[in-house]
Amino acid sequence: MFAIFRYGRGVQRFMLLTGTALTALFVLVSLLAPLLAPYDFNQLGDADGLFGSQRPPSAEHPLGTTVTGYDVLSRTIWGTRTALEIIVMAVVVSIVLGVLLGLISGYFGGRLDQLLTGLADAMYAFPSLLLAIVVSIVISQGRSGLFAGLTSAAIAVSVVFIPQYLRVVRAEVVRIKAEPFVEAARVIGTGTVRILTRHVLRNSTRTLPLIITINASEAILTLAALGFLGFGIEPNSAAEWGYDLNKSMPDVTAGIWWTSIFPGTAIVLTVLGITLLGESLNDLADPRLRRRAAAASGGAADAAGVAAVSDPSGTAGISGGSDISGAPGVSGGSADGTRDE
Amino acid sequence: MSELLTISDLHVRLDTDHGEVHAVRGVDLSIAPGEVVALVGESGSGKTITARSILGLLPETARATGRVDLGGDDMLTAGPSTLRALRGSRAAMIFQEPSTALNPVYSVGWQIAEGLRAHGVPGRKARRARAVEALADVGIPEPNVRVDHYPHQFSGGQKQRIMIAAALALEPGLLVADEPTSALDVTVQAEILDLLRTVRATHGTAILMITHNMGVVADIADRVAVMRQGVLVEQAPALALFASPKHAYTRELLAAIPQLGGAGGAREMSPADAREPSPDAVVDARRLDVTFPGRLGRPSFRAVHDVDLRIDAGEVVGLVGESGSGKTTIGRAVAGLTRVTGGTLTVLGERIDGHRHRRSLTVSAQIGFVFQDPATSFNPQLTIGDSLAEPFLVHRPDLGKRQTATRIAELLDHVALPAAFARRYPHELSGGQRQRASVARAIALDPRLLIADEPTSALDVSVQATVLDLILRLHRDMGFAALFISHDLAVIERVASRVVVLHRGEAVESGPTPQVLHRPAHPYTTRLLAAVPVPDPTLQATRRAARTTAPV
Repeated sequence: MFAIFRYGRGVQRFMLLTGTALTALFVLVSLLAPLLAPYDFNQLGDADGLFGSQRPPSAEHPLGTTVTGYDVLSRTIWGTRTALEIIVMAVVVSIVLGVLLGLISGYFGGRLDQLLTGLADAMYAFPSLLLAIVVSIVISQGRSGLFAGLTSAAIAVSVVFIPQYLRVVRAEVVRIKAEPFVEAARVIGTGTVRILTRHVLRNSTRTLPLIITINASEAILTLAALGFLGFGIEPNSAAEWGYDLNKSMPDVTAGIWWTSIFPGTAIVLTVLGITLLGESLNDLADPRLRRRAAAASGGAADAAGVAAVSDPSGTAGISGGSDISGAPGVSGGSADGTRDE
Repeated sequence: MSELLTISDLHVRLDTDHGEVHAVRGVDLSIAPGEVVALVGESGSGKTITARSILGLLPETARATGRVDLGGDDMLTAGPSTLRALRGSRAAMIFQEPSTALNPVYSVGWQIAEGLRAHGVPGRKARRARAVEALADVGIPEPNVRVDHYPHQFSGGQKQRIMIAAALALEPGLLVADEPTSALDVTVQAEILDLLRTVRATHGTAILMITHNMGVVADIADRVAVMRQGVLVEQAPALALFASPKHAYTRELLAAIPQLGGAGGAREMSPADAREPSPDAVVDARRLDVTFPGRLGRPSFRAVHDVDLRIDAGEVVGLVGESGSGKTTIGRAVAGLTRVTGGTLTVLGERIDGHRHRRSLTVSAQIGFVFQDPATSFNPQLTIGDSLAEPFLVHRPDLGKRQTATRIAELLDHVALPAAFARRYPHELSGGQRQRASVARAIALDPRLLIADEPTSALDVSVQATVLDLILRLHRDMGFAALFISHDLAVIERVASRVVVLHRGEAVESGPTPQVLHRPAHPYTTRLLAAVPVPDPTLQATRRAARTTAPV
């Protein structure tokens, strides 16, 4: 998949590189949090006594302290870990369930399919944040620790995401089950489970990396919003940016800028990084949106010509290389006639 | 200057994911007013790219050098507004697939008028009148009513007529036709070719016909240009080219075409006849009926109606018909892919009609299936070796990994592919190689019945011949019975000992191949045979005369 970086051009190359850099930084910081952060996320003081409340940036506290007396830098760094956890939990749960339901729904069709897609459509009508609040109240009566806070956010986010995965996978499965290679497997006498896993599933996950990145940023935003609204995670069980922002609200009018700027910037940068990554993956994966380097000089008005990338399934697993003309639905008069395969 | 179009030293380079492809290498071609020139070549020869450069329709990834002179303007350097002005008025194009070239949400009259409006023909009424006229010109009945109809209300052939009407609305001097009949049935193809001939006679339109079908070339072209790998290898008047092809590639191309009633015909089909007639039929269908249920208010569709079909052991039976005749449905029913709704169907001694439509493993192990398009019949995520291992994994799990691998190597050897191909992915093989691999998969378990659904129609002619030879050789060696489905009568003549002609889901005629194809009893078979263009201009001219004068 690293071939991606060779091809980028212009604005889209910038988006791709920025997105990748920011996302890599985010993951790295969250993994190395214990080494990077000067203090624990719930540490109120050290051997010299309490840190003190709302202290401006200093040598001991490069980014100052919060109203409760936590170190802002440590809270911001540890916050990446919580954000990563929510992404993993939400995305894993929704992918597993969404892909499974999508496979079943698409392959077998009929009543079950109608029921599942109907339910999925109904889910779209739900405001996700409202759902998240309700779930967090049910699980933890509002205030919660790390696990309950994460689960409520993860469940709330998953409930909204599952229909997306279901829809996307189902659409692909419906297309792929009519492909001759699936029929070829049926003629051989291959069992349904084997057909589903070996032939259908592997070919219907192309677009998932894109949805994952988009959903990842949404998961972070939901968790932050929950924290900001006061339904988040207790500060002594995990660092969470939304909670810190909530607590820093009165500080803003008092001229104490450091308590809100840093967790806020962390949210913005993380979401921005993941979104940029997702968007550029999306553009590069679509042969119609990407342009080759040389052609861009041949009269295209904008310099944002973007080069090719091997197909996104390269990120999902095995890929023998890119195969544009492998797309179904043969149409006449395309340039395919001259493309040597 | 007498030439309408002069292409000189055209080079087109395409930037692809795998680097630069030099698709057209120095083509020189000219067309005089009223002339029909056929541009012939296999896929990847650059014929479509050459044609598209005439209208400035090259993809964004292409860079072209040279000169394409259309009535005094160089289409390669012309700006967007010049191109727009010239497209339609000086040259127009029609495409292969008429059903995708028309916009489904507008009436056909609107779409013809759209071109007129773009070129500044004033007045809504006047444009509509011109559209009606154009439709009448291409033989659409009741043009003043049909002008308001939408594309889906027309048949494929009529849609292609409408495309021609739209292209001719501004009386362009040149019509570029990119495989205009390849997506159509032979009988419809014959009608469209007749129409193009009339257009040329009445409007004096020059036609550049891109095709891979030498029969079509023989039918319509004055002059033929043969392309191969981006180079124009031969250019000659049609009569001269067919009579004495100069270039080796042209000879190869002409020799590879399976020709109906030609010298290459009947000689191949003897082995099955020599075999002892077996009392037990491999396939026995009586009054077979397949009905697809309708959806929400739409009536159900009866694809196969009361068809009797019997295939004896070791016999090759050909199933012929145009699109929608139900030939593929029958093949799928025999393979157990489609549910039978009436009659009886016994395959390898097992009844699979009625409620039971999933067949037992023992029977499915004895059926091999070769699909039409080898590009899609292999899982793109699996290597050829993995795909070939599937039948063994399902039916012979007792064979270990090593033995399976040996079997796969043997299979590849059977179909004349190197054993190293097992590690390749499908897209790394050419169309013909993929179809060989597909055949290898079908014969993996030594089947008693092979079903081949148009196994050669997605392939270039020169490759078609080798795949047909392969299937025939394997049939001779392994002795399986085969159901061979094709729309190409010449292919059927070559492989099948018995043939069943299908028309709208019913078997109109069946019998030994020579009898059906040379002394057809049913008028539909006669019509079908007459519509096939033969790759010989003089013979085709007499056939055409016979067809047009004969009562239908």
